[in-house]
Amino acid sequence: MSMTTETTTQYRVIGTRPVRHDGVDKVTGRAAYGADIQLPGMLYGKILRSPHAHARIKAIRTAKALALDGVKAVVTTADLPDPRGKSANLGELGEVPLEDLSRNVLASGKVFYQGHAVAAVAASSAHLAEEALDLIEVDYEVLPPVLDVLQAMRPDAVLLHEDLHTSEFGKKSNEPSNIASHQTFQRGDIQKGFAAADLVLEREYRSATVHQGYIEPHAATALWNEDGQVTLWCCTQGAFTMRTSVHQILGIPVSKLKVIPTEIGGGFGGKIPAYGEPVAALLSHKAKRPVKVVMDRTEVFLGTGPTSGSYVKLKMGVTRGGRIVAAQAMLAYEAGGFPGSIVGAGGLCLLAPYNVENYSIEMYDVVVNKPKTAAYRAPGAPNSEFATEAMIDEFCEQLKMDPLEFRLKNAAKEGDPQANGVLYPRIGCIETLEAARNSSHYRSPLAAPHRGRGVASGYWMNAGLTSSVVARLNSDGTVTLGEGSPDIGGTRTSVAMQLAESLGIRAEDVLPSVLDTESVGYTEVTGGSRVTFATGYAAYEAGQSLRRQLIEQVGKMWKVEPDQVSFSEGVFCDRKDSGRTIDLAEVAGTLAHRGVDIGARITVTPQKVGGAFGTHIVDVEVDPETGKVTILRYTAVQDVGKAIHPSYVEGQMQGGVVQGIGWALNEEYVYNDEGKMLNASFLDYRMPTSLDLPMIETIIVEVPNPGHPYGVRGAGEVPIVPPLAAVANAIARAVSVRLYELPMSPSRVVKAIQART
Amino acid sequence: MRAFDYSAPQTLNDAIALLAKKGERARVLSGGTDLIVQVREKRRELDLMVDVKRIPELLEIRFDAAGLTLGASVPCHRIYEDPVIRRAYPGLVDAAFLIGGIQIQNRASLGGNVCNASPAADSTPALIVHHATCVIAGVDGRRELPVEQFCLAPGRNALGRGELLVSFHIPAPPPRFSASYIRFIPRNEMDIAVVGCGVSLSLAEDLQTVTSARLALGAVAPTPLLVAEAAVALVGQPLSAQTIDKAAAAAQAASRPISDMRGTAEYRRHLVGVLARRTVQKAFERAKEAVHAN
Amino acid sequence: MPTKVRVSATINREPVDFLCEPRQSLLEVLRDVQKLTGTKEGCNNGNCGACSVILNGRLVNACIVLGVEAEGAVLETIEGVMGSNGLHPLQTAFLENAALQCGICTPGFIMAAKALLERNPRATEGEIRHWCAGNLCRCTGYDKIVRAILDAGQRLEVRPS
Repeated sequence: MSMTTETTTQYRVIGTRPVRHDGVDKVTGRAAYGADIQLPGMLYGKILRSPHAHARIKAIRTAKALALDGVKAVVTTADLPDPRGKSANLGELGEVPLEDLSRNVLASGKVFYQGHAVAAVAASSAHLAEEALDLIEVDYEVLPPVLDVLQAMRPDAVLLHEDLHTSEFGKKSNEPSNIASHQTFQRGDIQKGFAAADLVLEREYRSATVHQGYIEPHAATALWNEDGQVTLWCCTQGAFTMRTSVHQILGIPVSKLKVIPTEIGGGFGGKIPAYGEPVAALLSHKAKRPVKVVMDRTEVFLGTGPTSGSYVKLKMGVTRGGRIVAAQAMLAYEAGGFPGSIVGAGGLCLLAPYNVENYSIEMYDVVVNKPKTAAYRAPGAPNSEFATEAMIDEFCEQLKMDPLEFRLKNAAKEGDPQANGVLYPRIGCIETLEAARNSSHYRSPLAAPHRGRGVASGYWMNAGLTSSVVARLNSDGTVTLGEGSPDIGGTRTSVAMQLAESLGIRAEDVLPSVLDTESVGYTEVTGGSRVTFATGYAAYEAGQSLRRQLIEQVGKMWKVEPDQVSFSEGVFCDRKDSGRTIDLAEVAGTLAHRGVDIGARITVTPQKVGGAFGTHIVDVEVDPETGKVTILRYTAVQDVGKAIHPSYVEGQMQGGVVQGIGWALNEEYVYNDEGKMLNASFLDYRMPTSLDLPMIETIIVEVPNPGHPYGVRGAGEVPIVPPLAAVANAIARAVSVRLYELPMSPSRVVKAIQART
Repeated sequence: MRAFDYSAPQTLNDAIALLAKKGERARVLSGGTDLIVQVREKRRELDLMVDVKRIPELLEIRFDAAGLTLGASVPCHRIYEDPVIRRAYPGLVDAAFLIGGIQIQNRASLGGNVCNASPAADSTPALIVHHATCVIAGVDGRRELPVEQFCLAPGRNALGRGELLVSFHIPAPPPRFSASYIRFIPRNEMDIAVVGCGVSLSLAEDLQTVTSARLALGAVAPTPLLVAEAAVALVGQPLSAQTIDKAAAAAQAASRPISDMRGTAEYRRHLVGVLARRTVQKAFERAKEAVHAN
Repeated sequence: MPTKVRVSATINREPVDFLCEPRQSLLEVLRDVQKLTGTKEGCNNGNCGACSVILNGRLVNACIVLGVEAEGAVLETIEGVMGSNGLHPLQTAFLENAALQCGICTPGFIMAAKALLERNPRATEGEIRHWCAGNLCRCTGYDKIVRAILDAGQRLEVRPS
């Protein structure tokens, strides 16, 4: 693991690798995840799901299920308040029709995908609850499913929602459509641009539906008390967002709902939306007992939110000297059964690593009869950037130009405009490319038949938004730090480290924990690569506040002005009398004894988010007879601004890379003509195993983000972006075939090789 | 899961009695790695699981002059950890080592794998090319059946009511005999075979001429296929690129693959040719090194 | 009401007696009956290894073993890995090598690695990767997990626990 940095400050805590504070619980099995919650009198809930991809619900009969001994409650959409005409505000996800949220949780009128929840039961055991589901009778009128994004866009396509009209240019279309929205980004004049090009390529790229693949299925336990207070324990990425969704879906005041985030076994965006949570609450309301709803793996595939399958048509023109002079793209993303794919982010990132003066990007959000999509690590960006990075490689081959040199010639830099018009602040695109070019991997030879090296870059904008912490000095000089961000990957420690650095104590002397919605201020989801940035910022502010308060208190003790007191490495000094010192533990003890409370409640919404660039290098070997692709060596280079805890930054890079490799080579939802998923299990939804991979080398680049006191940029998402094209480009260099459809499974590789000869 | 009863008889006769009584509503529980999943996913309904792992004969590994008697419930790990089996039957070890991952191999058995009668089972082609027979016990006593006749259709085997598979008998390997089993999967482990190929060869003293051969395929027909024509192409002459090609072509011609989510028919047929060549080559290399195992 | 069966076994060196229906898997028994929730459910069909435990000295997926099959068995779960001396070298190695992010797969990996290192403390990277192919991790990309297991192997050679 190596690093290149522009950081000049010497930090005491930042950049070190302390053992994470929640580590012991996690290696001993003590940590309580979503399904581990056990309450007295608890019942087990199970959800009945539609076997059809598209159907009208004519009737639901639940009497037999309710009559089964041990069954305590049955619920359907009839138990939810009418959501029509209302809007749900979901923070970073914006305003969505409450109807879409509510009807995704429990279907009303129609089912829009196989797996769509239709009813639920609570019983004294999970097995009984399953038996009860078999007794619920649903009459369906099966409708033809719409399974392909381009088919769905045709004017004669079967419509999913008769009242869905295309939003474009601020207006709604007259006719209903499966196209929920149409947006455009434009710059310059593409006609002129293409006219100036020496080489033009036009290609179509396709990607299938893929799932985040977190190992922990969704789990929610709800207690709807007789006083109207609802408590929800769930493995969510955002307790506040969940509270917002659920209180609106249930139609209860927000103050009546407390959400307690349990430990969470992976999310990657997929554990932001509400699924079983409102259902567990409804069941608890009816049964008057706590109810736990845990999904099984099949339900996770069918009933949660994979990411969009997509179609990207890309045309680019370049000069012989290697400058991109024009680009024209059409992105059509599958939103699933309800609108809201992240096609906009796809369009924003499509050309983001490059300064292109003429382009036109059309983006379509399209409903199809597949699960409603949710975010998946840099959502929208892998799909679009796959196209750009693969096409650039074709240009490089034709121009006989080094792929990193080409990218450097076009690289985006500070002051260049992004697709939404916002100018880039200080960014590390060029530094990342240079670090890749200088890497030992890139400079090492690779020669053998059927081996090839691929390169690709990627960008993700990252999020800022609102985060809160609450810090309190303990009587022994340690600091208890409550954080509003659920910890999916070690962030409670990277946040704690920032308070430690800011205050001037050791990381070990901060006691971080993740708090519920009653105990800490509003905090947006753990997603968007924002926690180390925004919650870290809040922790920094808390540290500064504690520092100020302590210095003031010591000044009072010594009867001097605060600016005469310095604090460093746990010790307060009188600047005018170096013999007069007192250590933090003693101060803390004295203040506690006197009843003086030193604490800080901080909420921040930092504006200057740092976007992240990555450039990856991969060597593959292809077995031309079977099409099997073996990853020989992989290096991920990424600008992280400042690596607070380098081990966990490396881990984010490695994890994103491997998800990208799975997406590139083997992962996809396989559907039959009826819209039923054929491979809803880890047996046939093939994620990489340890045997499928080598070690993943990482090179951390630090171009500090001026918008954060320690220079942090979000690091978690961008690493999933480059692997798709990097692997495709490596295959192309290995066996001279270009694949335009993901996954590049062995049979597709063989077919392409056979077509080539 | 639907509720069911469980019984763990300690003798073969008790097991047979239970199976005879319940017929289709009972199923033998060996490693459970297929059965428990099937019942959980409602692909199989039963009232009784008969756990045979307390019956000594089903767990034994016994060698004598005639060959190897391998209990039907011997878990895969005992097969590949046994030094005699490793030396004498590397082709069987190939299969045992490929079924699932370590956790699966510590439970799953070749008997269970064969009785489950999946067209893609890894053990069946390997057993077939070893000329293995199934030793079956039932209310009417014992009978033996060549493994290649045991699987009748996907999920259906030749056991009658009240019968269970007790063991496999694998003949002692003649001198200069060996075998190999290779399968193709998209990842490196944990997948069901897209195509599987087992080959056994016996060589003459010149270590070139093939005196006998078997080639069996998995996942390209409703049941595992013993391809006699492939053997014909190899036997009676020195192994050469031409005879290997002929054997591979015969294997492809015999294949009747379907297209499913694990592969298209076209791709499977292509892979049969590729794997047949590679498996013949591997079996040949092993046969040249084979020492007669006692 | 389905009949329950009485089962006696040893779990983490303690004798236990429990009642369970035949249809309850060992995983359900551990989590719901014995309240040992350290063993996790990831897929319930033997494809992810999150429920790995050691049964009579052998690494297995608890989701595809019936609770009733544990009669007379000796079981080790994640809760029993820590000894009277504190954390097992594997647990320490996982922490020091940052070999976990969300941690849900960690108990399964620790059980798998324990089973491996007990028979082969000198396992190489390749052997570790092969042995652990039945344990899925979605967060780490396996790199730091493999390094942690290599590290633990060295620690165990010096000081077997």
